[in-house]
Amino acid sequence: MSAKFPLELDQVLVQRKGKVLLGPLDLSLKKNGVTIILGPNGSGKTTLLRAMHGIERINGGRITWAQEDPAKHAFVFQSPVVLRRTVAQNLAFPLQLLNVPRAETEAAVAHWLTRIGLSGKSETAATRLSGGERQKLAIARALIRKPDVLFLDEPCANLDGYATREIETILGETAEAGTRLVMATHDMGQARRLADDIVFMLNGKVHETGAAEAVIARPQTEELSAFLKGDIVV
Amino acid sequence: MIDILDGLKAAFWLVISFDAELWEISLRSLRVTLSALIIASLIAIPLGTYLAVQRFRYRRFAISLINALMGLPPVVIGLLVYIALSRSGPFGVLNLLFTPTAMIIAQVIIITPVIASIAHQAMRELWAEYHDLLISLNTTKWQRIVTLIRDGRRNLLTAALAGFGRAIGEVGAIMIVGGNIDHVTRVLTTAIALETGKGDFALALALGFVLIGIAIVVNLAIHTLSRTEREGRW
Ligand SMILES: Nc1ncnc2c1ncn2[C@@H]1O[C@H](COP(=O)(O)OP(=O)(O)OP(=O)(O)O)[C@@H](O)[C@H]1O
Ligand SMILES: [Mg+2]
Repeated sequence: MSAKFPLELDQVLVQRKGKVLLGPLDLSLKKNGVTIILGPNGSGKTTLLRAMHGIERINGGRITWAQEDPAKHAFVFQSPVVLRRTVAQNLAFPLQLLNVPRAETEAAVAHWLTRIGLSGKSETAATRLSGGERQKLAIARALIRKPDVLFLDEPCANLDGYATREIETILGETAEAGTRLVMATHDMGQARRLADDIVFMLNGKVHETGAAEAVIARPQTEELSAFLKGDIVV
Repeated sequence: MIDILDGLKAAFWLVISFDAELWEISLRSLRVTLSALIIASLIAIPLGTYLAVQRFRYRRFAISLINALMGLPPVVIGLLVYIALSRSGPFGVLNLLFTPTAMIIAQVIIITPVIASIAHQAMRELWAEYHDLLISLNTTKWQRIVTLIRDGRRNLLTAALAGFGRAIGEVGAIMIVGGNIDHVTRVLTTAIALETGKGDFALALALGFVLIGIAIVVNLAIHTLSRTEREGRW
């Protein structure tokens, strides 16, 4: 359970070049569970996640954490950022920034290398990893600081079923261990498997939100029911 | 034709016999240029990186200024340094004119913009790649600069080598501020100009061989570095 939650968004607005990208929207994320953000391309999922993480400037409203501590946030980007270093050095990086003692860092790196199945590639240049391996690396690097909250922006886009399952296993264990997950996805199956809550975005606004089971079984809006059926929503 | 052949033979002999004068001039060239390179790199690399990472009011202006300085003819820089260091100039009291120090000053002014410009370009690309991650990990400005310099070190070395190549082959400015004094400020390029004028092709050619050798080594190094960079081996 994370002490940082609940997280309240109050009339949050993101504008760029005179165009409204997000909001104004209200949203409340409760203490526990996995929140899945759904919505068509361009609906504002990435912008919403970045705003919550505090890396997207907001032009109005406020975002209130129960407890503010930026070092306890982590983010996995839609296209994973990989440092031009070895796999092991990528994992060590967030801890080195915090001046964590060397022995502790090495132990954490070894732990995560095993966990993501890359022990054999610890000295490989991370830029040479496959898409799925990069994504696992990015997730492990985000988790190595033991964050209270992990934001993920479509971590399984472009991955095959096997890699997706591996990642979902790690995410499931992470949620189990008490890290709050907030994740955007296009994959309805994944939403069904992981979600406790669903936030459905459309045109920069929260179109519908609620507990996953209820929302999936009985969507209240036409757009969400079309989206769940796999129809094209415009 | 016979002259040139004889000259080539004599030159070859001078090189392989480690002729004292040739040796002295070559070493002075290296010493002056390496000193200039170190000073210029210490200014240009942090400057280029800072310009890539930090947004401030006159950033565009600073970048344009560097690019403009890069286009200044070295002879003109030599002339300006000469005026500044001449007895009646603002720095006349330092008595630096016609010393290796004066040549180093001129070279620093010539190559700092070159190195800064190439470094800035490379760092800007790397920053675009790393931006989201470094912001997300809540890094300090200093940590960002250090990370970029570390991971972009091959590109930075390439920038420095380009500066070195420019400095070691420069003749106009060096001639003006150094005066090409025997045993004091005579370097490869100025010696070649002088010996050619005197008709001593053997020494001129031998000096030319050394200069070409240095240029080849530098270019090979740049080539190798940029290839290891592209292929993600480090
Ligand atoms: N910096 C920016 N400047 C201008 N427009 C932007 C900027 N960033 C995003 N947008 C626009 O904001 C809208 C929402 O983008 P966002 O990336 O949040 O959507 P998304 O739901 O994540 O889409 P996808 O499913 O394709 O990832 C899009 O129309 C996008 O073009
Ligand atoms: Mg997105």
